[in-house]
Amino acid sequence: MKIDTLLNELFPGEHSVINTDNILTGFGMTSKGEIAVMGTTDHLAIGVDTALILADFVLEVIKDRPGQPILMLVDTQGQRLSLKDELLGINGYLAHLVKCLELARQQGHQLITLVYSEAVSGGFLAFGMMADEIHTLPQGKVRVMNLPAMSRITKLPLEQLQELSSTSAIFAPGIENFIKLGGVQTVWRQPLAEQLVKVIGVETSADQRRQNGLLRQGRKLACSVAKRVNAG
Amino acid sequence: MSDLSGLRRGQSYYEATARSRISGLLDSNSFQELLGPADRLTSPHLEPLGQPCSFNDGIIIGSGKLHGLSVLIASQEGGFMGGAVGEVHGAKLTGLLERAVNEKPAAVLLLLESGGVRLHEANAGLIAISEVIRALLSTRAAGIPVVGLIGGANGCFGGMGIVARCCDTLIINEEGRLGLSGPDVIETTMGVEEFDSNDRALVWRTVGGKHRYLLGEVQHLVEDDIEAFRATAINIIDEVQSPCLEPLERSSELQKLTLESLQQEHLDLSRRLENYGHCQDGTEIWSEMCIDDPEKLPLMDIPRFFKAVENNI
Repeated sequence: MKIDTLLNELFPGEHSVINTDNILTGFGMTSKGEIAVMGTTDHLAIGVDTALILADFVLEVIKDRPGQPILMLVDTQGQRLSLKDELLGINGYLAHLVKCLELARQQGHQLITLVYSEAVSGGFLAFGMMADEIHTLPQGKVRVMNLPAMSRITKLPLEQLQELSSTSAIFAPGIENFIKLGGVQTVWRQPLAEQLVKVIGVETSADQRRQNGLLRQGRKLACSVAKRVNAG
Repeated sequence: MSDLSGLRRGQSYYEATARSRISGLLDSNSFQELLGPADRLTSPHLEPLGQPCSFNDGIIIGSGKLHGLSVLIASQEGGFMGGAVGEVHGAKLTGLLERAVNEKPAAVLLLLESGGVRLHEANAGLIAISEVIRALLSTRAAGIPVVGLIGGANGCFGGMGIVARCCDTLIINEEGRLGLSGPDVIETTMGVEEFDSNDRALVWRTVGGKHRYLLGEVQHLVEDDIEAFRATAINIIDEVQSPCLEPLERSSELQKLTLESLQQEHLDLSRRLENYGHCQDGTEIWSEMCIDDPEKLPLMDIPRFFKAVENNI
């Protein structure tokens, strides 16, 4: 879905979201009031500069709009792979974005994510995955790595990976798999404005993903292992 | 200063196993493992792929004493799948961080050695790392410092590189490497012109301990000696525990996340990008930092290195 279409469907009233070099920032009006919007388009690779611009927006929202929900619109091919980014310590820049989002949560900003195109690995980890509410459009593509690349690196035959991926959600790309593991909650269908309003203001406390992974039988151990460590 | 007499000296952190790092760091015989090998807790996702499994899934966790203070500790085993994070591995770490909120130890020590997500269980591994990040930041919000230690052969990369920078403070040795995408991943994807992963000197100038220290990505650079890691960790934690210090007087490295602290970090990271964004090599950055003879830094031992950079950091 084109970003302009998506924004118009999410905010049929009005919005002020602007796209600057594939980075989205701004505000949208819903029937439950104004919310902050940030994200990426065109499968943007997240580099040190991208992380700073997004973090800057989060800090501004915390400072100027106390408690306002933040919607993250995700379309990223992952972190930017470059010597320059590594030289500057890109992991520190992504961690900075992560910490800004966590501070927002601690200060009462609800964090909502909508994957509307690609959500890959480190890029997804650095912002979209920090949300309390993580949803996707039907065309969302969530993955760590495609199977051919995975086969090359793990030296496992592609056929074996393909065969296993029909019965296991654990490693193959796809939103169904991430839903089964608890990493994504639901698929949003039209009308999108209604779906958005439905989750705004939903009370969330702790990280629910392990429980959902267990309920959906995709990740059967994470919940009990963490509990055993905590209680043991 | 801490009493460090009568302790072992000279054991390489780089070469040690996850378990011997724990016993070298903590007070003698104080470590109590949680979900140890006797529990036979293995990853269920490796056997279907014909992969060997490990009775601790590549991470050892538990509690112990550091200079008499209670700590929780986790140690990733680089020897098992490069310390990569799968469902069970990640849940052990998340559970430990959540236990810290209840148990209120003096600190949590994370001995990080990992390539990031374990590809054999990629989706579960990615979500697990995200859960670790949230648990870690909740632990910090509860006022418990999280100290990261880096210095193993596999470095600290991928999502665990982000986890590392979510800790209050980091200790690294010269041999330690910290980054996001491993040099081999960048070379495979972008070509050898972008990053020659076989050029070991280049790798260290880019992601190695000295460069990370100069940038401010890690706060403590130590000799490759478990005892040096221990002494530094003790100093950090003693400072937190000191009843004489008001919270504001404590080292700024150990603070809850606040708007002010993150605005400061934002300023620092923006300046770094502004000042060094054009640089192609670690030596160019060190030269911009006005360090004399920057090309000599990689060869210096730690005392000489500190002397050479003392006026520049």
